[in-house]
Amino acid sequence: MSSPATHGGTRIRLVGCGKTFADGTRALDDTTLEIQGGETVVFLGPSGCGKTTLLRVIAGLETPDPGGRVFFDDEDVTALPIEQRNVGMVFQSYALFPNMDVEDNIAYGLKIRKVPAEQRARRVNEMLELTQIEELRGRRIHELSGGQRQRVALARAIAVQPRVLLLDEPLTALDALLRERLRIEVDLLLHSLGITSAYVTHDQSEAMAIGDRVAVMNRGRIVQVGTPRETYFHPANAFVADFIGTMNRVRGPVRDGAIELPGGRIPWPGAAADSIEVLFRPSDAHIVPLEGAPLRGKTTAQFFLGDRTRLHVSEIDSEPIIVETTEHREFRIGEPIGLSIEPGALLTLGG
Amino acid sequence: MRRGLNFYLQLGFALLACAFLIVPVLMSMLAGVTVNYFQGISSGLTLRWIVQVWAMYSTTIYRSLAIALGALVVTLVAGVPAAYVLAKRPGLTTRLIEESLMLPIAIPGLATALALIITYGTFRDFRTSSLFILVGHVLYTLPFMVRAVLAVLSSIDFRTLEEGAASLGAGPWQRFFGIIVPNARAGIIAGALTVVTLSIGEFNLTWMLYTPETMTLPVGLADSYASMRLEMGSAYTLIFFVMIIPLLILLQRYATPRGKPRARMQEELTHARPLAPRQGA
Repeated sequence: MSSPATHGGTRIRLVGCGKTFADGTRALDDTTLEIQGGETVVFLGPSGCGKTTLLRVIAGLETPDPGGRVFFDDEDVTALPIEQRNVGMVFQSYALFPNMDVEDNIAYGLKIRKVPAEQRARRVNEMLELTQIEELRGRRIHELSGGQRQRVALARAIAVQPRVLLLDEPLTALDALLRERLRIEVDLLLHSLGITSAYVTHDQSEAMAIGDRVAVMNRGRIVQVGTPRETYFHPANAFVADFIGTMNRVRGPVRDGAIELPGGRIPWPGAAADSIEVLFRPSDAHIVPLEGAPLRGKTTAQFFLGDRTRLHVSEIDSEPIIVETTEHREFRIGEPIGLSIEPGALLTLGG
Repeated sequence: MRRGLNFYLQLGFALLACAFLIVPVLMSMLAGVTVNYFQGISSGLTLRWIVQVWAMYSTTIYRSLAIALGALVVTLVAGVPAAYVLAKRPGLTTRLIEESLMLPIAIPGLATALALIITYGTFRDFRTSSLFILVGHVLYTLPFMVRAVLAVLSSIDFRTLEEGAASLGAGPWQRFFGIIVPNARAGIIAGALTVVTLSIGEFNLTWMLYTPETMTLPVGLADSYASMRLEMGSAYTLIFFVMIIPLLILLQRYATPRGKPRARMQEELTHARPLAPRQGA
């Protein structure tokens, strides 16, 4: 137990794991998924999509319905309860023990494993240093702030050198600024440790930032697995498109190499068609001079978000187009706007 | 803020009510050290009644203490795990069990005693031993222990704490003794003090169950008032108070929410609770 780096990374494999609760709710549909050693996969989705259930099945806190199997490398751990799986878990509420101070909390797993006192103390010091909370070592849990508790929870989970690290919305209880800061720290930590991680969140920017791959879930099933870029730029279906970031949707007939809309034309290389729906991100709609603009509309709303401005532009299609721009100037309500869509940024979802 | 007439009237009333309750007690204790009660204090103060009571009833008093401790041990061993299981599985069966556990409090002690005599009366050796009294006391005090521990467990998210401990490799027993019990400390202490206090003072049940060889303190007290001088009974009461008052003070500090140690423990628990999540998840 000299350095924080752990073994090469345990591969997690789920085969046909579904979960139905006692009251009949089908929380998870039969799921098959593979997480590579050292990889961080983020389970992303709205409340009730089954992401936490999936995490708990991997952890061993829930057993999958008969037929489901969980493998850590080549070992079938389906029948093992959590205490025998050697996992590290960080809970949304941290689950820190109020009857112990920070040091004892971190040392708890090591004590259970009967690690000799001297080694234990050394490891605890390592963990305190790693999560930058040396000065908190003797504090009681109720004296800690949310961010501090999160670090203690992380230190405690990693101290035992688990094969796999499971995090259930660890940053959700923190305020936005702290969340963004800790997000980076957690990401760096997970990668420097090289530990296989499964991370649950409903915050899609968090998922993008932390995940090597993102598994988007809805109503108990995984609807798309891919890198953050893949899910963002090539959503597999409408749900993913709408859940990750904002998507504009326009529909119109294709004639003479362009999609015709009430507010103008969008060049489209495809064959002529009666009706086609295309999607594009707000940041791919560029503001251009009105003269010769392919699309023309009127500003009906503007939101200054600090690093960018979001505009609602009507009269291009039946729904207002959402545009995001980094231009500093203010926009007037009712101001005519010319737009051009970034070529190559248009997506279709199977027509 | 200037204290007006209202304040003093209220204070006066409260003091009067307290006096109404305390004065008889003080008079009784005083009678225990008076040479002759009917002559009053003018007859002089003496310790001889106390000495006589001790000589006659010391075994009884020790027996009461032993039974109280026995009741404590049994309710700890049976009650704490019971409360844990009840807290862990909320449901209809649990509620039914809880309600039936609480029955001995609602039913008059005499009825419970009769039930015990009818059920076990034929086992002579058991019937005439202190163990029989102990059983009655446990029946009566167990619900208090269970309730106290259950109350504390319901106020903390012990399930997530257990999951946290389990994720670190702790088995069921390790979790129970290392996580559940220490965090239910406030309830266990409150329950323990309640059990001991109730057991020492228990009369209704014991009055029906006792035999001359298995008298307890309150029964001895009734006995001395019935068959001996008033001064003896009063001296006995004095001894009883000396035993029970420290317990009541401890109870006040640990069992009621305002008592300082209890308040401190409660604060540790509530502030160690999860901070409210930002969005429902």
